[in-house]
Amino acid sequence: MKIHEYQAKEIFAAAGIPVPQGKVATTPAEAVEIAEEMGRPVMVKAQVHVGGRGKAGGIQYAENLEAVRVWSQKILGMDLKGLKVNHVLITEAADILTECYVGIIIDRASKAPVIMVSPAGGIDIEEVAAKTPEKIFKLAVDPTIGLKAYQARDLATKLYKDIKLVRQAADILMKLYDIYWKIDASLVEINPLITTPDGKVIALDAKINIDDNGLFRQKAIEAMRDLEAEDPAEVEARDGDLSFVKLSGNIGCIVNGAGLAMATMDLVKHYGGDPANFLDIGGSSNPQKVLTAMRIILRDQNVRSILINIFGGITRCDDVANGIVMAYEELKPEVPIVVRLTGTNEDKARKILKSTDLKFGDTLDDVVKKAIKLADAEITV
Amino acid sequence: MMSILIDKKTKVIVQGITGRDGSFHADQMKKYGTNVVGGVTPGKGGTKVNGIPVFNSMAEAVKATKANTSVIYVPPAFAIDAVYEAADAGIKLIVCITEGVPANDMLKAYDYLKNKGVRMVGPNCPGLISPDKSKVGIMPGNICKKGPIGVVSRSGTLTYEAIWALTCAGLGQTTCIGIGGDQIIGTNFIDVLQMFENDKATRAVVMIGEIGGSDEEEAAKFVKKKMSKPVVGFIAGRMAPPGKRMGHAGAIISGGSGTAKEKVEALNAVGIPVATSPTEIPALIKEKLEKAKTAGAKKTTANVATKKAAARKSGAKRKK
Repeated sequence: MKIHEYQAKEIFAAAGIPVPQGKVATTPAEAVEIAEEMGRPVMVKAQVHVGGRGKAGGIQYAENLEAVRVWSQKILGMDLKGLKVNHVLITEAADILTECYVGIIIDRASKAPVIMVSPAGGIDIEEVAAKTPEKIFKLAVDPTIGLKAYQARDLATKLYKDIKLVRQAADILMKLYDIYWKIDASLVEINPLITTPDGKVIALDAKINIDDNGLFRQKAIEAMRDLEAEDPAEVEARDGDLSFVKLSGNIGCIVNGAGLAMATMDLVKHYGGDPANFLDIGGSSNPQKVLTAMRIILRDQNVRSILINIFGGITRCDDVANGIVMAYEELKPEVPIVVRLTGTNEDKARKILKSTDLKFGDTLDDVVKKAIKLADAEITV
Repeated sequence: MMSILIDKKTKVIVQGITGRDGSFHADQMKKYGTNVVGGVTPGKGGTKVNGIPVFNSMAEAVKATKANTSVIYVPPAFAIDAVYEAADAGIKLIVCITEGVPANDMLKAYDYLKNKGVRMVGPNCPGLISPDKSKVGIMPGNICKKGPIGVVSRSGTLTYEAIWALTCAGLGQTTCIGIGGDQIIGTNFIDVLQMFENDKATRAVVMIGEIGGSDEEEAAKFVKKKMSKPVVGFIAGRMAPPGKRMGHAGAIISGGSGTAKEKVEALNAVGIPVATSPTEIPALIKEKLEKAKTAGAKKTTANVATKKAAARKSGAKRKK
C-alpha cells in the first residue's frame, strides 16, 4: 500500500525527523488560507501515488498568495500520469544548499533491509544507479540486531564532510530505520534530503510504501488509505478478496492463482489477443467470488470476450461453476464466455454448466485461442 | 528411486490441524500416503482430527511422535510464531502454506532458522510432493506421477499446469516443490537446484519463475557453474505492467529490473530453453534428455576407448 507525501511527513515529524512546515488542501481557497498563515513563499505539491511529479508539472513554486491560488487551481483536478489530483500539499519553500538521497528498502537477495544513500539526490535514484552507480552507497542491516549508531554515522559521512551535518543525518537514518520496522514498511525514502544555508538537514520529500501483509496490525496506517487515489475496480476487488489489475485490452480473464493468471495473460498476448485485466480469484474460491469477478469485468466497456481458466487443486471446479451460473442469471452477460475447468470435481462442474450456452476449451492453449476468436481478434501465431 | 526433502520416512505434524484448511489437507495428505503423525492446536490437545492425534504444543507433539517435518496452516498473524515453535521443538523441515506473512517478520525468521540449521519452504506456497511417497502441503496428488523430472516453482496452480503437462506426456516426477510467491522465502531456486543435482533419480529439472526480483538470474548463473543436469524454464508475467502487484507479493516489477524479458534472456544465455506455454515444457524436456543421452553415449564410448587404450598399454607393459 502507498501513502501520500503529506501522510509520510506526518509520520516523520512524529518520529522527530525534521520536515518543512506544511498542510494539505483540497480546494484553492484552502490552499491560499494555509499559505497566508505561513506568511512566506510556498511550494504547491500534487499528492498522487506516482513518481516524477515535478517533471510532470505537479510541483510548483508560489511566490505570493495569487500564485498559490493559480497553481493550486491548476494542479487540483489535473491528470498526473493517469491519476487525478485531489490533494495538494502547501509547504514552506526551503533554501536548498545540497540535495542527497536516503532510503531503506527490503531486499530479497540479501534477505535484509538495505539502506541506500547517495550524495546525488533530487533526481530519480534509478537514474543515479544506471548512470553513476559509484555514487550510491548500500548497507544490508542485520534484521535481528538492527542499525548500529556507527553504521548510520559511516553512511552519513558518505553524504557530508561537516561533522555537524553528519550527526544530523545519522540521527535521521536511525529514526528512519525505526519507522521502517514500526509500520511494516517495504520502502521508506527521502529524496531529497537537503541542507540549508543555516546548517540544518531536512527531509524535503517523503515516500513510504507499506507491506500489504503487515496491514492487519497497522490500523492507523490502513486508515490513511486514500480510496480516491486508487482504481475503483481494484478497490472493489480487494474488498471481495480478489487480486485485480486493470489493463487496456479487450479479453477479460478470470483465473485461479497469480502465476497461472499471469501465464494465461501472457498466452493471450502471445496468440495475438490483448488481455483486459489480471484477475486471480485465489485458492478456496466460493461462488460469490466468481460473481464479483464477473461484475468487475463486465463493467469494462472494452471487454469483448471473457476467458475463465481454472486449474482445480484446493479450488473446486463445481464451486466455480456454481459461481458462473449465479453470475449468468444475475448479470445476463452479452459478451461471449469461454471456460476451461480442469482438476478437482471437473465432471460435476461440466454437469452444472450444461444448461448454459457457454463455450468450452480443453487445454490452456485451446481456451486462450477460443477467447481471442470470440473477441473478433486474429490469432497471429 | 530417490527424491528430495520428503519421502516415505517423512513424519509430519500439521500445525493448525483443527482449522478449515488444516483439517481438510491433513486428511488429503493422509489419504495420499503421507505419514501424518499428529497435529497441533493450542487448547485442543487430547482430541483427534480424522483419526490424527492433536497436541497442545509442538514440543509435546515432537516428543510423542518423533516427527521431523511440520506443515503450517495457521492464519497469517500467527504463522511466524508457528515457525519459531516448530524450529524450537527440533523440526528440521518446516513447510509454511500460509499466505500473507509480513515480509519483515520473515527477515528475522530466516536468520534464526539459518543459524539453527532448519530448512523452511514458503511461506505462501503449495508445499511439495514426491509422487507415490509423500506429499506435504496442498498439491493435488492425482496430477502427479513417479518419474525422473524435478519441478521447482514460485507459483501454485501454474505448477499444477506444468506437472499435469509432464504427466500427460509420460514424464513422471521425483519431487515437485513450490517455493512460494513472496519476496522473502525460506528456500530459493538455487537451494532446490542443488538438491536436484545431488539426487540420483532426477534426470532433468523444470524451473518455473515469474516477474520480480532476480532469483531466476541467480539460478541461471548457478546452473551454468554447478549443474550437469538439463534445466527447462518457464517465466510468467511477460506482459505485466511495471509497478503493479500481480497477486503475489513478489511479483512486482519496479525500477525496471525483474522483468520477464530480462529473466528469459538470462536463462537462454546459459542454454536453458524457456517455454512460451506450459504445454511446451514436456517437448523441451524430451529434447534436452535426448541430447544428454547422445552426449552421455559419446562420453561412455570415449570412456571405453580410453580404458581399452589403457588396457592395451598395461598389456604392453606386461609383455615387456
